[in-house]
Amino acid sequence: MAIDMQPDAQMRWQRYQPGVNDFALMVATKNGSGSQTSNVVLIRSLFKMGIPVSGKNLFPSNIKGLPTWYTIRASKDGYTARRATTEVAVAFNQDTITEDIANIPHGGVLIANKDLKYRVNRPDITVYEVPVKDIMSRGEFPKDFADRIANMVYVGVCCHLFGIPLDIAYEALLDQFNRKEKPARMNFSAIQLSYDWAKEYLEKRDSFRFEPMNKTQGKILIEGNDAAALGALFGGVTFVAWYPITPSTSLVDNILNHLNLRKDGDGKNTVAIVQAEDELAAVGMIIGAGWAGARSMTATSGPGVSLMAEFTGLAYFAEIPTVIWDVTRMGPSTGLPTRTSQGDLLFLYTLSHGDTRHIVLLPSNAEECFEFGWKALDIAEQMQTPVFVMSDLDIGMNVWLSNPFQYPDTPINHGKTLNKEQLEAFLQEKGEWFRYRDYDADGVGYRTVPGTEHPGAAYFTRGTGHNDMAIYSERREDWLQNMQRLRNKFDTARHVVPGPVMRMSSESGEAEAIGIISFGSNDPAVHEAIEHMAAEGITADYMRIRALPFSQQVWDFIEAHDRVYVIENNFDGQLCQILRMESPLSRSNLVSLTLGDTLPMTALWIHQQIVQHEEVP
Amino acid sequence: MPNALGLERTDYKGATSTLCPGCGHDSISNQIISAAYDSDLPMWRVIKLSGIGCSSKTPAYFLKGSHGFNSVHGRMPSVATGATIANHDLIAIAVSGDGDTGSIGFGQFKHLIRRNVHMVYIVENNGVYGLTKGQFSATADEGQFLKYYGKNDLPPIDLCLEAIIGGATFVARSFSGDAKQVQTLLKAALRHRGTAVLDIISPCVTFNNSPDSTKSYPYGKENEIPLHEIELMAAGYVAAKQEITIPEYPAELVIEVEMHDGTFVRLKKLGEGHDPRNRAEAITLLERASRENLLLTGLIYYEEPRPTIGDTLSLTATPLARLEDSQIRPSREALDALMKQYM
Repeated sequence: MAIDMQPDAQMRWQRYQPGVNDFALMVATKNGSGSQTSNVVLIRSLFKMGIPVSGKNLFPSNIKGLPTWYTIRASKDGYTARRATTEVAVAFNQDTITEDIANIPHGGVLIANKDLKYRVNRPDITVYEVPVKDIMSRGEFPKDFADRIANMVYVGVCCHLFGIPLDIAYEALLDQFNRKEKPARMNFSAIQLSYDWAKEYLEKRDSFRFEPMNKTQGKILIEGNDAAALGALFGGVTFVAWYPITPSTSLVDNILNHLNLRKDGDGKNTVAIVQAEDELAAVGMIIGAGWAGARSMTATSGPGVSLMAEFTGLAYFAEIPTVIWDVTRMGPSTGLPTRTSQGDLLFLYTLSHGDTRHIVLLPSNAEECFEFGWKALDIAEQMQTPVFVMSDLDIGMNVWLSNPFQYPDTPINHGKTLNKEQLEAFLQEKGEWFRYRDYDADGVGYRTVPGTEHPGAAYFTRGTGHNDMAIYSERREDWLQNMQRLRNKFDTARHVVPGPVMRMSSESGEAEAIGIISFGSNDPAVHEAIEHMAAEGITADYMRIRALPFSQQVWDFIEAHDRVYVIENNFDGQLCQILRMESPLSRSNLVSLTLGDTLPMTALWIHQQIVQHEEVP
Repeated sequence: MPNALGLERTDYKGATSTLCPGCGHDSISNQIISAAYDSDLPMWRVIKLSGIGCSSKTPAYFLKGSHGFNSVHGRMPSVATGATIANHDLIAIAVSGDGDTGSIGFGQFKHLIRRNVHMVYIVENNGVYGLTKGQFSATADEGQFLKYYGKNDLPPIDLCLEAIIGGATFVARSFSGDAKQVQTLLKAALRHRGTAVLDIISPCVTFNNSPDSTKSYPYGKENEIPLHEIELMAAGYVAAKQEITIPEYPAELVIEVEMHDGTFVRLKKLGEGHDPRNRAEAITLLERASRENLLLTGLIYYEEPRPTIGDTLSLTATPLARLEDSQIRPSREALDALMKQYM
């Protein structure tokens, strides 16, 4: 099956029916055929028409040849979650055309490449057949590019069928080619040819269409990994080490793309980027750099995090700031490298042997990828510990409609890092300085970095047992005191990390019977589901968790609701497990709703799950 | 007598060693202390790095005025890479062992050298795992017997050979029983730009010190063959070049190498001699030493420094760790301009 329809995805409810500016289009092509450019041109065109749009690339772990599906959703209401159904199928891949046709919902549209071999026995759908070769033969295209440019044929046909003005498509092309006219013109000539052909030979027989709106003004279109890269660069990252792994690779690629933001007056870089030999080395490097006073980070995915486990424990215990982005994909093991998942939550939270607990930030969208991109670096230095940021493939590699990013509203925070003068003042005031002594009763000590020109600045960093003077110790009192302080530090972190975001149904803020807890990329689907459910009379409050560890607000929310659905895109219900593990509440009212089916969550799935549970007596 | 920084030799000491009495590692720590004192090393600029194992404990036993980092087993090279790039003013001295470097950290060792991270990399090589009580390491002699583990059937890894093949530009082998040579090589290594590898045979008196082991004191004292006498000549020393004046050493037996800081390493060849500036000759020498079981010590290989990893990154002059906040956060206008591009 091409696009895996989630269970029971028929048009059960009116609110999920498609309409003008409210349907999804799916493009099926071969990976590596160059169709991505065409898809982005379609998305950009809708964006320029003022229609809220989102794109999801369901691609294989492959460079060339395997099938790939790209879904584009227009939503007049601004919903950006994956739509459960794709009403229009552009079937341009011989390998999948039969199943692509079979998957079109009742009332849908097929745009088929007539050059392929297929049979359509679907009287319930509208079929348009496009002779791609014939259309392309009407123009003159350089041989090397002809195959790629052929993908513009479906763009031209869609422009005609669904009402995308050609001048807008051209503008989108210009954007795509960085305002370079030559490639834009060459591609546009194919769009024009196919548009003209469609106008002459295709009679519009379906009701799907786009109409200009004004709902994207002031918005941007950006991928989460790009946003995260910008966040890090505006957050003053000075050292990046990494090892390529899908779906995190484009995060570091984008740091490199934006390196011009971080040049000094002589054109030299104020951030070092080192491609390591593996993730063991990548994390070792960022820990070494963080220890030496750099603001350091890496980006990886699950298998890379596995390799980083030992080193993460060292940084936790030796209290070294660094930031690790985990752009998650399907595990366990190699799993599905190009499919999305929220399966690393539990692992990140307790990564490494012994009693470890880590701060994990959970961005939901591009805006938060930017915000947490800079904030994570501050929190790491403030708390003197590794900070994880868990994004996922859906957020990271798909293009999102977003508000423009807000400039950091707080200055760069280096936490309790003493330079030469500050150390001197500290010694004058306290008469001593010991690295791990809890002077402020918040669990966070004062640190110096190597290269501090003061005879008292040095201390010995180690992963072995140590007392608060950073001296090796096997005494049980020292061990317990240290662990207790680390626990206190973790409690301090509860107030430092981004707190949950609430959506209360009643204007007075009074709690409904139903509560929903979720996080990360599920957010757009949860909002959409809440609005659709409300229209049916099912009202629910929603709390989106934005970080681990939890704050008191989380327990207050759970306590205030009769039933709390914990919605997540993994198989085991990992957030729910952490909630159950840590809950101070006596009653158990958590209901774990888990998906973990390789695809981004849809509102319909959430809606169906909750209705099903609510209907059970 | 205080050095140029007004510090006594005792100021360069560290905590009291907890290694076995007589351990070769302690004598190396002593030579590090002497070399640092003699070289007027500012301790605040020094970082001491290590992995895990007996050898890796030693950074606590020297240079108490320096930041130290006892990291994880075999992965110190990556920590050193990050730290030295974060602050290129730091003087990195790393201590590793044969288990740390030759086994669990072998990959990181090779990549450290490939990147030419600016640091002194000391391997305290005793052919045995001490902390876990006497297993063979990857540098143990082939055919050797040890009490609990029997015969070692595998050939040893030659860390100097690996370093040269990996692209190291300063590779030396020494014997911890040869204090003077260890100290001079350390001083030369501290003046080298790039990775300087010192593979120092450092006997484990508890688990691998019987005379038939090439990593033992008796064997080393009996069989060490220094390739040359090594002297470090102060900056300003006029290199003799061809006009050698020392009567007892014919000109062709004296080799002088100018170090990065302007000092010279002067090698007076002993025996048949060895020119460390010739890579092929260095490799041949090591292969012969391995074949004939010779403990050849001295500067095995040296070449003109090539760019370090830091040099290749086109970094700003100020160490990254010391940049002002205004230098690392782009302006509000820069963000606004960027956002327009995404609209």
